[in-house]
Amino acid sequence: MKALRNPLERAINHGAAGSGVHHWWAQRFSAILLVPLTVWLLWTLSALVGADYAAARDWIASPWNASMAVLLVGSTFYHARLGMQVVIEDYVHKRVLEVALQVLVAAAALVGAIVSMVAILKVAFAG
Amino acid sequence: METNQRPLSPHLQIYRPQWTSVLSILHRITGVVLSIGTVLMVVWLVALAQGEQAYHSMIGLMSSPLALIALVGWTLALFYHLLNGIRHLLWDTGTMLELKPARASGWIVVVLAVGLTAVVWGGWL
Repeated sequence: MKALRNPLERAINHGAAGSGVHHWWAQRFSAILLVPLTVWLLWTLSALVGADYAAARDWIASPWNASMAVLLVGSTFYHARLGMQVVIEDYVHKRVLEVALQVLVAAAALVGAIVSMVAILKVAFAG
Repeated sequence: METNQRPLSPHLQIYRPQWTSVLSILHRITGVVLSIGTVLMVVWLVALAQGEQAYHSMIGLMSSPLALIALVGWTLALFYHLLNGIRHLLWDTGTMLELKPARASGWIVVVLAVGLTAVVWGGWL
């Protein structure tokens, strides 16, 4: 009969033991934030469909919308990174490929978030 | 390491698909789709910041038939992941975990996601 669980003493301070709960909470926390932010995104999209350039710029340039957009971008890329991380952990079994993908996804999420925020702030501060 | 001999969760190709397991894997698939879809968000914001010309050529690209199909798919993925995500958060509180509410809430999520996508793209808004 194989043991169903590793002894606790061997698990503590190794692998996900201790840090797994942080990932779980971070995923939930960003998920809860994203619920109202997604409603804001849908409201924004419905307002901007068919709108011209000046109207779209004015919309994002308002302090409230610019703040919501920065929050949305931040929590979206954070949540996407956390989710993709688990998907890669579960389905990519070749260690080299797995680590390469994890680095790629983390970097892409960081770049995406920063590029988006700079674009939002440029529009917001230029008015 | 002994971890290799621990029990594995059933493989997707072997385990018979059920309503709840199909919706579970759909949550992951839509999550991956939305992660890739964030590229659209970045492109839209950068075009907006760059100027009127860039913004118009971006809107032109997004109005092509192929892009529209992708956008409808993105909308459906967004509604599904949002609603099913709320379902997951409710489960995290320890409620609705029995078979009956788990199946029923799955139906509510699917019907609402398809319905809302139809409302958004059917021009009823």
